[in-house]
Amino acid sequence: MNLSMKWLSDFVKLKVEPREFSERMSLSGSKVEGWEIEGEEIKNVVVGKILSIEPHPDADKLVVCQIDVGESEPIQIVTGATNVFPGAIVPVAKDKSVLPGGKEIRKGKLRGVVSNGMLCSLGELGLTAHDFPYAIEDGIFIIEEDCQVGQDIRSAIGLDDTCVEFEITPNRPDCLSVIGLAREVAVTFGKNLTLHTPLVQHETGDIHDLLSVSVENAQLCQRYVAKMVKNIKIKPSPRWMRERLRASGVRPINNIVDITNYVMLEYGQPMHAFDYQYVKGGKIVVRNAKVGESIMTLDGTQRSLSPEMLVICDEEKPSAVAGVMGGEYSGIMDDTNTIVFESACFSGTSIRTTARKLGMRTESSARFEKGLDSETCIPAVLRACELVEMLGAGEVVGGMIDVDHAAYQPTRITLNPEWINRFIGIDVSREEMVSILEQLDCKVDGDTIIAPSFRKDLEHKADIAEEVARFHGYDKIPTTAIRGAAQGALTDYQKFERTILDTLLAQGCYEISTYSFISPKYYDKIRLPADSPLRKSVVILNPLGEDTSVMRTIVIPSMMEILSKNYNNRNAAASLFEMANEYIPVEGQELPDENPVITIGQYGSSYDFFTLKGVVENLLSVLGAENLSVEAESAIPYYHPGRCARIFSGSVELGTIGEIHPQVAENYGIGVKVYVARLSCNALFEVRCNEKEYHPLPKFPATTRDLALLCDDELPVQSIEKAIRVGAGKLLERIDLFDIYKGQQIPDGKKSVAYNITMRSADRTLNDEDVEKAMGKILKNLSDLGAAIRE
Amino acid sequence: MKAALEAIRQKIVVELQEAHDMQALENIRVKFLGKKGELTAILKQMGTLSAEERPVIGQLANDIRVFMEDHIAGRSAQLKDELTQQKMKAEKLDVTLPGKKNPIGKKHPLNIVLDEIKEIFLGMGFSIATGPEIELDYYNFEALNIPKDHPARDTQDTFYISDNVLLRTQTSPIQVRVMEKQKPPIRVLAPGRVYRSDAVDATHSPLFHQIEGLVVDKGITMADLKGTLEIFVKRLYGEDSVVRFRPHHFPFTEPSAELDCMCFNCHGKGCRLCKGEGWIEILGCGMVHPKVLSNCGIDPEVYSGFAFGMGLERVVMRRFNIDDMRLLYENDLRFLNQF
Repeated sequence: MNLSMKWLSDFVKLKVEPREFSERMSLSGSKVEGWEIEGEEIKNVVVGKILSIEPHPDADKLVVCQIDVGESEPIQIVTGATNVFPGAIVPVAKDKSVLPGGKEIRKGKLRGVVSNGMLCSLGELGLTAHDFPYAIEDGIFIIEEDCQVGQDIRSAIGLDDTCVEFEITPNRPDCLSVIGLAREVAVTFGKNLTLHTPLVQHETGDIHDLLSVSVENAQLCQRYVAKMVKNIKIKPSPRWMRERLRASGVRPINNIVDITNYVMLEYGQPMHAFDYQYVKGGKIVVRNAKVGESIMTLDGTQRSLSPEMLVICDEEKPSAVAGVMGGEYSGIMDDTNTIVFESACFSGTSIRTTARKLGMRTESSARFEKGLDSETCIPAVLRACELVEMLGAGEVVGGMIDVDHAAYQPTRITLNPEWINRFIGIDVSREEMVSILEQLDCKVDGDTIIAPSFRKDLEHKADIAEEVARFHGYDKIPTTAIRGAAQGALTDYQKFERTILDTLLAQGCYEISTYSFISPKYYDKIRLPADSPLRKSVVILNPLGEDTSVMRTIVIPSMMEILSKNYNNRNAAASLFEMANEYIPVEGQELPDENPVITIGQYGSSYDFFTLKGVVENLLSVLGAENLSVEAESAIPYYHPGRCARIFSGSVELGTIGEIHPQVAENYGIGVKVYVARLSCNALFEVRCNEKEYHPLPKFPATTRDLALLCDDELPVQSIEKAIRVGAGKLLERIDLFDIYKGQQIPDGKKSVAYNITMRSADRTLNDEDVEKAMGKILKNLSDLGAAIRE
Repeated sequence: MKAALEAIRQKIVVELQEAHDMQALENIRVKFLGKKGELTAILKQMGTLSAEERPVIGQLANDIRVFMEDHIAGRSAQLKDELTQQKMKAEKLDVTLPGKKNPIGKKHPLNIVLDEIKEIFLGMGFSIATGPEIELDYYNFEALNIPKDHPARDTQDTFYISDNVLLRTQTSPIQVRVMEKQKPPIRVLAPGRVYRSDAVDATHSPLFHQIEGLVVDKGITMADLKGTLEIFVKRLYGEDSVVRFRPHHFPFTEPSAELDCMCFNCHGKGCRLCKGEGWIEILGCGMVHPKVLSNCGIDPEVYSGFAFGMGLERVVMRRFNIDDMRLLYENDLRFLNQF
């Protein structure tokens, strides 16, 4: 909402700089977005009168003017304009003047003749013919205003208003008006608000002889007020009105249209003027649109209507989309003789959905959709008629049609000063509270507050508390600490998350953050089969684009996307991780499951399957997961079939780890091997072990044995280690694999595996017999696997 | 004999001076003090001395032994020191060569700042709550006093999954879920991802993060809200931060406010960073609307509370001077490296 300070001064007398005005209004709840001082940039431009015009000695298209600018001597200016004449009053940009946009004018010579400045067109002053309808745009602005030679151009043509832009919150449609803001200004600055009661002096005839109004849907049209004007004389509206409209950001059109806009801005009540000659049968019917009906709106677009939309019709057809925009024939034409002013109250919800469905949000619909006050309909229409009379735009017809289904009942709220003081934490007297409320046009009767009709947002004592607090001043509310004991702490799960984060960071992984939505095509990129259950995603009905249209059921594509970006940005290596959700729809559940997972992704020369596995093993070790095992896995489509494993703690599957399938890497444009692990946070949380217990440091020496084995190449070392572990039993302290060898001296299909086995007892020094016994068991277990000591 | 002993004393001093390694030193020790050494040879002649001379010469011989042992030990320490000096000289490093680093990972900038904010509120006795990102319309809107036809819905362009299910547009639904489950006193911070259908550009993203806070108890006042948030802002932005509370409107709080911080750049004069206003909007807040408390089964006549919410991205971007929000989601290592 743009507020003209000149217009504001009709209601509140205030002398304050825009900066202070803005600051104080913002602090009382009407947020100022900025302000503009009209003509602020214009400097040293004055009103001049052309005394004489001579041809230029050396140029056919230029003339030399002598101009009186109120100085002792006339000044000489050369111009190429053709609409100038002796006696014309014109804007003169003198030497060292500045025009809008910062354009500087200096004296100079034009084809050898001195020119001491420039004559200005409308455009050069930042105006259009809408601002001064008598002037032309392609020539010098010939001023027809009442002004003095030498006067500053800004005051001469009314370019001296200040316009303040407010951000109005949706609960305050009353502030989308000059009067509404004036009320806030008055309370904020402790000034009187002077309101004006519109008065029509002369009326002729009776509207009821000319027009009838029937409202068929009282739910959507709570009130419909009509007043008529005949013998319309269409002409430009006066300068003061045009100036105020312009300052408010509305283009002046003609007197009648300008009046409807002026009243809308002043009262916040959208108005419409119908040309009576197109109101067939003298009947206005407010009803829902019929199936198949359409209307050509004022902007020249044919729009099809649907039955939930409210339309204003005559006997036959719709002439306006209620509260949104008029139809082609409803507007004011040059031959308009009689008009009907509509001042109505439509349902905000209905207007909002209609405007959205038709894709046209207008000044009118933007106001209606917030829910307007049915009590403003009559003052607004009377103000319009008063202006008609004032501007000599026509004769007001007597009487008024008022179809009122609003059944307005004022809201009553109990005034409880003690509660308000307690709730806000202040100590404001009842008298001060009453004074604030009364300035806001609330009536206070004993302990009852009666809210004004235009303040639909005042419903509850908390709303009253806000009014008191904001005019008392939020800055005057003390700052206190919350009383009572607090029990804030991280939950076990949150601590677990931190452990994961810390452990992965310590291992050189960078944390990333990715979008939760992906393209369904990404499932193809990671080679999910057509019937994969993972393709069943939560689908966004109104996505921004295909790329972000489904919620991922698996994080792999998100990680691949980021690895690919880094690869393509020529980062030689990357080790990344993210803790984020996968979204899995569940049959019979309204909301899907959101499963947190950890994804770790690596590429680059220092990374391979085992570096990634090392990262995962370290993480599992820090989390205290026990009984770890891995199983080779060859059927996960996005992994290399020979380089992928599932990881278990006991029987709980924790996740998968592997090299990304070369085809998938290629799909993402990555030309090197990529390794990705995906771990379920829920599973990790289940198997984690926080309990750390001290074991005494060993008192007795350990015994070590090296063991070089020959076995089938296919035999996983995990089985060998299990055989050793079982064989050594309680004596086993650790097993270290120190060599794997294939090649010379080893038969094809075999490998040599070498271990260092450490055994120790907590209560004595082991003797040879103990060790040999254990080794015997180990070798027995190994031979069952087909592994024998390498000779 | 006396003269012979004195001669040895002179001799060893000279020879020690010429010993330049430990082996030479050992040789000298053997030569003079060994079983077949010179001192022993002289002492063997003690039998030829008179009873008067014997103790005198014996004493002298002993003095000379001690003298020689001391000198050998002294020379030995001296030599050891020289050798150490030489070795260290040879070991001199170019200390300007680069260090050998273990790779170390870095937190995402969003999480760096989020963790900082969490710490501040944990310190004030808050717990941390979470909730679903795919949320029921009821929790995201209706329970928060935003019914189906409410104009506030227009300002939050919502991604819908069905009529009833949507991607949460704010973290406020977590408030409602917390209040439904937990009886006051409540003090929670609820960070999380939120979604709005804004096209991606330098300052917008369809996915971003909010941090919501909620306090409910008997006798909670707006002054408590001011006190708590002022502490928060000062901890986050520094003790010299200047804040102001400006009335605003949110459907789920009443009274509502926005907290502005005096522009860090121009200190209130107005500059490009603060768009000439001198103040920067930090967060929205207010006293929990009595209707919201009732919706969650908390009696607004007994309890009151306050809530606040802020966007994480904007805080992060200001903190690190990041001018394009897209960088946060591109996750380029050259970007992540910098934090």
